[in-house]
Amino acid sequence: MSLVTATLRRDLLLAARNPGEWLNPLMFFLMVAALFPLAVDPDPKFLSKIAGGVIWVAALLATLLSLDALYKTDVDDGTLEQWLASGESLYALALVKALVHWCISGLPLTLMAPLLGLMLHLPDSAYWALIVSLAVGTPVLSLLGAVGAALTAGVRSGGLLLTLLILPLYVPVLIFAASAVYHASIGMDYNGQIGFLGALLALAVCLTPFASAAALKLNLSR
Amino acid sequence: MLSQAPVELQARDVFCERDDRVLFEHFDLNLSGGALVQLAGPNGAGKTTLLRILAGLNHDFEGDVLFNGEPLHSIYPEYAAQRLYMGHLAAVKKSLTALENLRWLTSQWQIDEDRLVQALEAVELMGYEMTPCQQLSAGQQRRVSLARLLVVPAPLWILDEPFTALDKQGVAWLEQRLREHVEQGGAVVITSHHALQAVPGLQVLDLSRWAGDAL
Repeated sequence: MSLVTATLRRDLLLAARNPGEWLNPLMFFLMVAALFPLAVDPDPKFLSKIAGGVIWVAALLATLLSLDALYKTDVDDGTLEQWLASGESLYALALVKALVHWCISGLPLTLMAPLLGLMLHLPDSAYWALIVSLAVGTPVLSLLGAVGAALTAGVRSGGLLLTLLILPLYVPVLIFAASAVYHASIGMDYNGQIGFLGALLALAVCLTPFASAAALKLNLSR
Repeated sequence: MLSQAPVELQARDVFCERDDRVLFEHFDLNLSGGALVQLAGPNGAGKTTLLRILAGLNHDFEGDVLFNGEPLHSIYPEYAAQRLYMGHLAAVKKSLTALENLRWLTSQWQIDEDRLVQALEAVELMGYEMTPCQQLSAGQQRRVSLARLLVVPAPLWILDEPFTALDKQGVAWLEQRLREHVEQGGAVVITSHHALQAVPGLQVLDLSRWAGDAL
């Protein structure tokens, strides 16, 4: 088993042993959807109009919540140094880390989203758009967020800095994704928006691991 | 168990400064198989920095570091397979078991499961293979990390304060292991405040000899 697959396996195992870390953002996601109608307006007509946007904003914030610890523990306990010592490329590590992060944040968010759609009276025609937009959009959130996590891994209480750095980069994803769900809910075509999300994903897969690797090198060369 | 390839680590005229302070200058080192170099010096003398430079992890220096005559950065993946680096952080995950930790730590060398279990037995962690490391003491966690020394086929070891948190038996075991490695033709660079005894080819370098002045 090479170091890359060993790391993939180890990180998934770590997530399974510490479910609190990734269940917390999921609970947050669920609570936003549960509390929103109570606080604003429980009228189904009103809710069905804003459901897509609310779900996407909640998914985005839940992802932000889970990013802080992505590299921090690995920097603190010397794991990252061992990776660097192994001679394996940091690009591969950055991809593995983002993949594991998506498996424990984006994937469960995507799977839970239909339930939230039900709670917020999402129109029937928009479910498919919601699931597809989350499935394509949340990996972008994980990949972009990993860059911020890599940059702030060596900073004490870097959570705020991470949010400030990453939130502007999340805006295009949010706009295209929410627009896809809205267009689907009023019966219009949404292929264009999903196409844009797909392009963002392709770009993010190719480019963000380089940025993460460079940021990790900065962190480690001190 | 060691590969028979020659080991030769050389540093030539290495200069390094941190925060406007020269840590060391004109530092030279010639290390080949069958020798152990212990870096000594007061806290803050730059022992860890030098160790990271020799391990190819720190590029913020002037001068040359060569492995078998080649600069480290040009043969880094090959170098990484030939040397075992152990930082002062143990890289042990608390919620994983000793075996799972050791498996990850040695995964670049792809070592058989039985040998990993044997190594854990040899460092007196028998019966703890399946215990999460958070239930182990600091010394036991260090032993998990040190178990690598029994299975990794790298001829060059670079160890940063490996004696930390070890009890008397642990220290004796590690000294014995260092002696065996050197006798088998391996090379070791180590930082430690511990006085090593009876290791053949032992050479103690006090870093303060190369210390520079403030800039």
